[in-house]
Amino acid sequence: MLDSKASELVMKRISIAFPGVQALSDVDFRTAAGRAHALIGANGAGKSTLMKVLAGAHDHYTGSISIDGKEVRIRTPKDAKDNGIQVVYQEVDTALIPNLSVGENIMLEQTVHNMKGKHLIQWKELHRSAQAILDRMNIKVPTKKLVQELTLAEKQMVLIARSVSRECRFLVLDEPTAPLSHSETDQLFRLIRLLKVEGVGIIFISHRLPELYEICEDITIMRDGKLVVSEELANIDQHKVVELMLGARMEGQFPHAKKEIGKKRFEVKDIRDGDKVNGVNLHVCKGEIIGLAGLVGAGKTELCRALFGAAPIVSGQLFIDNRELRIRSPYQAVKNGIALVPEERRREGIFVEESVSVNLTAAILSRFTKWGPWLSKSKEKQAAVEIIQSLGVKTPSANAKVSNLSGGNQQKVAIGKWLLVDADVYIFDEPTKGVDVGAKRDIYELVAELAGRGKCIIYASSEMSEMIGITDRIYVMFDGQVVKELETQHTSEEEILLHSTGGLLT
Amino acid sequence: MMAADSTREKKKVQIVDFLYKYGTLITILLLVVFFGTVTDNFLSTTNIINILRSISIVTIIAIGLTVSLSVGGFDLSVGSVASLANALVISMYVWHGQSFGLGIAVTIVFCLVVGVINAWLVINFKIQDMLMTLATMFVFQGVALTYTRGATISQNMVMPSGDFATGQIPKLFGKLGQVPWIIVIMLVIVAAVHLFLTYTKHGRYMYMIGGNQEAAKLSGIAVSRYRLFAYMISALFAAIGGIVLGARVMNAEVNAGGPYLMDAVAAAFIGYSVFGAGKPNAFGTFAGAVLIGILSNGLIMLSIPYYAMDIVKGSVLALALGITYYKRKH
Repeated sequence: MLDSKASELVMKRISIAFPGVQALSDVDFRTAAGRAHALIGANGAGKSTLMKVLAGAHDHYTGSISIDGKEVRIRTPKDAKDNGIQVVYQEVDTALIPNLSVGENIMLEQTVHNMKGKHLIQWKELHRSAQAILDRMNIKVPTKKLVQELTLAEKQMVLIARSVSRECRFLVLDEPTAPLSHSETDQLFRLIRLLKVEGVGIIFISHRLPELYEICEDITIMRDGKLVVSEELANIDQHKVVELMLGARMEGQFPHAKKEIGKKRFEVKDIRDGDKVNGVNLHVCKGEIIGLAGLVGAGKTELCRALFGAAPIVSGQLFIDNRELRIRSPYQAVKNGIALVPEERRREGIFVEESVSVNLTAAILSRFTKWGPWLSKSKEKQAAVEIIQSLGVKTPSANAKVSNLSGGNQQKVAIGKWLLVDADVYIFDEPTKGVDVGAKRDIYELVAELAGRGKCIIYASSEMSEMIGITDRIYVMFDGQVVKELETQHTSEEEILLHSTGGLLT
Repeated sequence: MMAADSTREKKKVQIVDFLYKYGTLITILLLVVFFGTVTDNFLSTTNIINILRSISIVTIIAIGLTVSLSVGGFDLSVGSVASLANALVISMYVWHGQSFGLGIAVTIVFCLVVGVINAWLVINFKIQDMLMTLATMFVFQGVALTYTRGATISQNMVMPSGDFATGQIPKLFGKLGQVPWIIVIMLVIVAAVHLFLTYTKHGRYMYMIGGNQEAAKLSGIAVSRYRLFAYMISALFAAIGGIVLGARVMNAEVNAGGPYLMDAVAAAFIGYSVFGAGKPNAFGTFAGAVLIGILSNGLIMLSIPYYAMDIVKGSVLALALGITYYKRKH
């Protein structure tokens, strides 16, 4: 199955558009069997979209794909697989069936497609074939174990084993190392090297630059849906890679306010959540915006949740104005003047079935009562209308359901909720994710204004340009730790990205 | 052409909206008109009081269930708790010769403990509310049965020792199960819970927890505390239901509260759509109970055999749920 000659995969002038975005424009991509090819780019550069085209997940692209000079038609996932292209996506759990055994998962496609007319499963044969594949890959996982009992790394191995159970000429690995520990990564790399020797072409997507040099021969860098460069990795050093990833950026969308930064107000000492946050120290001064930079999976969200009491803190201390806080739940966090605008707004930030005014008053309902617990709808409405006007929320009225608003306006509601509370510390977790440009500007202005009122702001984002644009100081996170503290005035996107990707090779 | 299509489309949406909001009430009205014309004394004062009395216990228990639904829970143990309360309160009088007030107080305290147990299990083990309370439903039903040794408790019953029980059920207690008090208790509970859920901040918090628990937590609402509170309220009303049941029949039969569970569930779910609330609400639950009560009463007057009653009841529930979920999707 794997004895195919050194074949070559060529994608030519690939373009694809989605409503409102040109995701890819005229991208050329070329890779050869038996080599590992790194495909990198900042968030939204189009690398995942390109790989989805290759995997047959989109059928409305233009351009051509050929293997060994012969043009192939890939419009469905089945086309891709028939041509020997297999993809292991980052979310391994979506591709595996947890309550079936390893053997059944590996042989899943054969069970589905090669059983025409047969109705009985030959268990012995199934486990024997699965075991053979695992042996060949040198993966040590019992075939009769249930997938739900495996670790994440083992699940990845099982998925790779499934990919090579059929003809596999090119294997796409979409950020496979992001959730893995160091030793698990080594194990994965051993497997990749083995596959290379067998003549499989690997396309490797990763944000961690140092490891690319360990495993890849070629590199393709993308930015804003376009190809930037395709080169042998040896010819291009890490600084150059970062530079090419970022390119030139648009300026002028960030507010320029003169700031007065006071003395230290909020301090975090050696916070750990026992999982993704491993001993973080930071402090925020009065009126200061600090940035939490880092790539997806670096632990920013986990840190934000831990500071807000939404995730258990195993050890560490929090201080406001030198007073130690005991925060075990968001309830206590809010009482102590901490507010969090969460990342997953629809799931965590808003009540879609409720009205705008109910959403806006959710965090501080006590202020809108009279005679004990009785709600005063008029007070509520008045406050809601004020916030709606000051944030420019586009809604027909304060009584409209939030589910009818656009994403950017929903985000404004999620933020507006905390403006009424008047907290001391505001934590924003990716507040501009999925928000259009106009609303982004409004949100930046809002953050700047809060800082102007003397609040402490913690701003977590994986957009480097935002870090440079609105923060005063930046903590760069990597693997659950702050690896670098930077003064925004004296740094650059390149420097942030360099530290976010694990720093220079040592 | 396009314009005509879109107005027709709009009209269709409006009709669905209208049916959703007022369907239950219109159905009640139609049933009243129908039964009023085909039977002679459906609309007589005695019969109307009769209907209200017949739905009062279901309504009280269903209101408790509604409160548990409002935080996104589902207390299936309400029927068992009512049985337990029924057995406890009657035994307090018959076996132990307690006074009116003490008997009720002891019963309510015990049932609140049951509510705390339910809440503790649901909150700490993160098992779906419906499954957990399905389990506790059996447990508390068993507790009630064990307590009564599987027998009916009534005045002058024969005790295991061979003597007759000497305790008397207080006259005052019996009043609770008679008109007008039984109806007054029901109406007061409906009104109080409706006001509580709609006009207090606590009610608002509970609906928020039911709407999006994670967002509620991250808004700084004490989610666990309110869920505990909801299960205690649920158990409290189940207990009151059981006590009123005891007052009405003046004894405690084996598993007397059990049959009320399913009617209560039906009433609460029919109530979702009343006035377009789209969520569990006390007034809707009352309307649901009235609908079921009128159906039962009217069908009996039409001499439909009792054993066919559940077919109608189930069909009405299916219809109500159909409208609710159709609306949610569109």
